Amino acid sequence: MNWEAFWLTVRLAAIVSALLVAIGIPIAYWLTYSRWRWKFLVEAAVALPIVLPPTVLGFFVLVALGSRSPLGRWWESLTGHTLAFTFEGLVIGSLLYSLPFAVQPFAASFGAVDRTLLQASASLGHSPLQTFRRIVLPLSQAGLITGFALSFAHTLGEFGVVLMVGGNIPGVTRTLSIDIYDQVQAANYSSANRTALFLLVVSFFILSIVFGLNRYGLNRRTWALSPWR
Amino acid sequence: MKVPLAPPAAPSMSPLPISSDLEVRIRKRFPHPEGSFLLNVHFRALAGFTILFGASGAGKTTLLDCIAGLVDPDDGRIVVGGEDFYDAEKKLNVAAWKRNIGYVHQDLALFPHLTAEENVAYGLRKLSRAERQTSSREMLQAFHIEHLRDRKPAQISGGERQRVALARSLVTEPRALLLDEPLSALDRPTKSSLVGDLREWNQNHRVPILFVTHNGEEVFALGDEVVMLDGGKIVAQGPPHDVMRAPRLETVANLAGFENIFDASVRALHEARGTMTCHLRKGTVELETPLVRAEVGSLLRVGIQAGDLLLATEEPHGLSARNILPGTIRRLAQRDVIVAAIIECGGTDFEVHLTLAARDALQLSPGKAVWVVVKTHSCHLMGI
Repeated sequence: MNWEAFWLTVRLAAIVSALLVAIGIPIAYWLTYSRWRWKFLVEAAVALPIVLPPTVLGFFVLVALGSRSPLGRWWESLTGHTLAFTFEGLVIGSLLYSLPFAVQPFAASFGAVDRTLLQASASLGHSPLQTFRRIVLPLSQAGLITGFALSFAHTLGEFGVVLMVGGNIPGVTRTLSIDIYDQVQAANYSSANRTALFLLVVSFFILSIVFGLNRYGLNRRTWALSPWR
Repeated sequence: MKVPLAPPAAPSMSPLPISSDLEVRIRKRFPHPEGSFLLNVHFRALAGFTILFGASGAGKTTLLDCIAGLVDPDDGRIVVGGEDFYDAEKKLNVAAWKRNIGYVHQDLALFPHLTAEENVAYGLRKLSRAERQTSSREMLQAFHIEHLRDRKPAQISGGERQRVALARSLVTEPRALLLDEPLSALDRPTKSSLVGDLREWNQNHRVPILFVTHNGEEVFALGDEVVMLDGGKIVAQGPPHDVMRAPRLETVANLAGFENIFDASVRALHEARGTMTCHLRKGTVELETPLVRAEVGSLLRVGIQAGDLLLATEEPHGLSARNILPGTIRRLAQRDVIVAAIIECGGTDFEVHLTLAARDALQLSPGKAVWVVVKTHSCHLMGI
């Protein structure tokens, strides 16, 4: 297996999913509690990456990062090089690409917290933000871990956006999925097979953690209360 | 505000007595299964217990939600302890978390991820860690739940959860306390000991306690003052004996599921003891029931739940229950874990539910002579 591509992929997925926890929590908070009448438009926009062809998303990100866009020019003036075809560019593209996989589990778990608990917290003198920190977040642990794991797994497996935004630069933007494509192009089927199998096993492992978590919860006592114990 | 009659001996030492009253005048339209519904009330509650009494759907919980600041009224004014919390004219609406009003929700809303002690300490955000611990331990002690302090809500009984929820609200020394049917899920002994603890707390903390219930018994047990709500409006207010004498007939829905429903006519009214005598039309039985506004001779329907009836195999003496009816067992039928006994008393059949153990211990069998005991307040009345 291409270890350089492996570590690059893991680094990308770890950075993206960690950033998505930081970005996703405020977005999910807003989506859960806002009463703005046009909120559904924002919900639709956040969900777009689920249905959009990765090439479409990748194309727009590429344009936005390029030296003709304000963002691209600002970055160039700051660092001296463009964002396109760099690891940082890849992170930005992946953030957008995996956003719904973090935000939706977050928002679902925030919304599942019993409203009467929030009211009780308010009656006990806690502001909405304090309530969020002390009641909503602790009770949403499973959703937070689910969002983190899903966005990690989703970033691990992305292809189209990486190809559009990052290209195929070894050590900079060549991820495992691109590597598999390369191997197949070069007719290295056995090598492609090993990498593909590896990604399959890792993805299955992550997803089984997610589903196991949602089935049995985080709490040890939930295990103890399960019917066969 | 009260003004002391005599000038205080040491003027510099005596603080002005601060009014702890709660005054509510609100209008709120809220959705209801049968069309929208208007809550329109104006009342004042002094320190001590004020019972909000009414059938479900009368607007009791919405009223509490408005006072707590969880729901915004459409119009009106809410003043607690001399401080405005809501004033539609001044466009004033203090956020719920700034009101310092204790609210024990019907389903308690204990934080499931926190222990009993952490739940109680939750509202003491502004204190230091040590002060928080001292106060919450004291409160746990006062409510006899100190031994539960490291347990989570899922690991304690319903009555204990009720105590934790009360302790959690009281420890913050609220300006007013709102209790939404806090006793409904409790058995009688647990109820009365909890009420005792609450009264003791109220002795030292003279704040208004609004206590919502639809249980008439609780009204008499607790009430200093009763506000009776019906259809979003106050229909009566005053001491329990005045208010409860107003017609308090059950609706058909409330009697649905009662095993014993009898047509009856009123024989005599006993205003002094708050009861009346009803004659069951099928047979010779007379029952002492709660007093409602009715005339002698008027027709009523009496509903009694089979689980509220007691059976004795010898004639009981020294009971507080007013109705002790001799009868004969006609049939016994087992349903799951209960035994339904049909008892014939003076021409009327009563259904009584017992446990299997009770049947065996009393050696009940058809034909045996028994006494059926009916408490006055187990008789629910409905107009015909």
